Formats: sequence, structure tokens, C-alpha cells
Amino acid sequence: MIINHPLLGPRDSSEFVYLGDASLINRPDPDAEDRAQSFYEYGYLRINPAGMHRELWFHEAGDRSWLVVTRDTTTHEITSVEMARDVARAQGRSK
Amino acid sequence: MHDLTPITALGGLAPQVDTHGGVTCTEVPDVALASYAARLGQEKLAQAALKKVLGAAVPDVARLVEAELAAFWMGPDQWMIEAPLARHETLAEDLANAARGVASVTEQTDAWTRFDLTGDRLETVLELLCQMNIRAMRAGDAHRGSIHHLGCFVICRGAEHFSIYGPRASAGSLHHALVSEMKSVL
Repeated sequence: MIINHPLLGPRDSSEFVYLGDASLINRPDPDAEDRAQSFYEYGYLRINPAGMHRELWFHEAGDRSWLVVTRDTTTHEITSVEMARDVARAQGRSK
Repeated sequence: MHDLTPITALGGLAPQVDTHGGVTCTEVPDVALASYAARLGQEKLAQAALKKVLGAAVPDVARLVEAELAAFWMGPDQWMIEAPLARHETLAEDLANAARGVASVTEQTDAWTRFDLTGDRLETVLELLCQMNIRAMRAGDAHRGSIHHLGCFVICRGAEHFSIYGPRASAGSLHHALVSEMKSVL
């Protein structure tokens, strides 16, 4: 499997470490009323789709950036690779 | 007053040199290193401060810029600065003073060890050691990858000159990897 790094170009997936669902970027508000429920969901509940999945990959043997990879879990076809910080910033985080 | 004898990463009094089949692997101990990472929201100011110190444009993605101080790209908004140790022993402090709080500077001199490979068949040796596209690398390219499970920087300074930075604590393992590959393919 080849991941097309947005900055460095195509790199072998063995250079990367998989973390999991890209929704982990969206940490719940620790001061919200429903924080117990939202942290329970954030920590434990995952959708496990057979098909397109947005997930976090860490370029450990490379520039050590976090990526958001959109991958089809049934074919391993990768349709989009973004820098995780760009995704977070687009959502108004880490400005 | 202590009277200490400096030794190289491989433990010798002088840098180790190995030559095999026209390729020479030289231990390079006299380099000062410091990493320079822009603080969040201060990226432009940090780049401007680094440009002033380098006296040259800040290196682009996976590139090296060489002047009195050299710098290579490590990751988004992060660079490693290298300089001759004899003249720049206080490199990290000097950079931190120049950055004035817009970048985080970390002393890296003794974290890494450098081996320089020179010769005319370096691609043949390096392509077996790491996954990067060695034959596509041109002078001034600097990539990070794994060599024998060690996170290393591979820097192309010219067609017949590559520098490898690896963890100093694993200098012996990295040296073994380089020299045994030279012996196996040349």
C-alpha cells in the first residue's frame, strides 16, 4: 500500500503508523454538561465501516506529520490524503 | 579542573574511516546541531528569523541549504541547523537568542552521529538500506527514513557525497549497517 504524502509524495505504508478513526481529532469539550457521555463515546465507540473510512496515520519513519487518509477498507484504495493539521484548522482548531 | 579526552560516537580518538569498493564511509564528529521548530501561530516570524541567521532562504520541503550554517527540513515548520562545531559550539543558544521566542530551539549535537559516504556507487549501497527513492535524489535533497529500524536523515550533498545522520546511541549499529552493505554489494 502506498500513501501519497501531501508534502513528500508517494511513500510506502510501512513508514507509517495507524492510529484510528479521524474523528479522534474532535476531542469533546471537557467543560460541557454531557462530558461523561461524550468522552465515553470519544474513547470507546467506533463505527467500523466496510467501505470508505477517514483515518489518522502518523509518518513515523519520515517527517513525523499526522495525516488524514481516506481509505476504502474493503479494497485499500486511498482516495485522499490530507495533513491532519490542515483538517483541524479548517474546522477552526489550532489557529 | 577535569582533563577529559573527547571520543567519537564509535568510541575512537579519531574519526573512523572505512573504504570498500570505491566507497568511503567517514565518521564526522565535528558538527554542531540544533533543531528549530516554529511556535504555533508564529510560523512566518520564525521563518524570517531563521532566514536572517542562515543568510539564505529557509529550505523548502525535504531540502538542504548550505551556507556558513546549513539547514535541512525535518517536517512542517521544523528544521535542523548544522554548523562546524569548532566555531559554533553555542549554536542552540545563538539560535534561541535570534528566535526571540518565536521558535523552540533544542540542542541536538550529541543526539545524532553523522557518517559521510563518498564514492561513485552510493545509490547501489543506499537503495538497499532505506526505502527512499535514492536514485531520484539530487544535490540538496534531505529525507528522513529508516535504516535498519533506526530513524535516519539521508542528505544528498552531491552525486558522490551523501551524509547520514542517525541516533548517536546506535552509532555502532548504524556503522555496521553501512559498512556491511558496502561489503555486500560492492
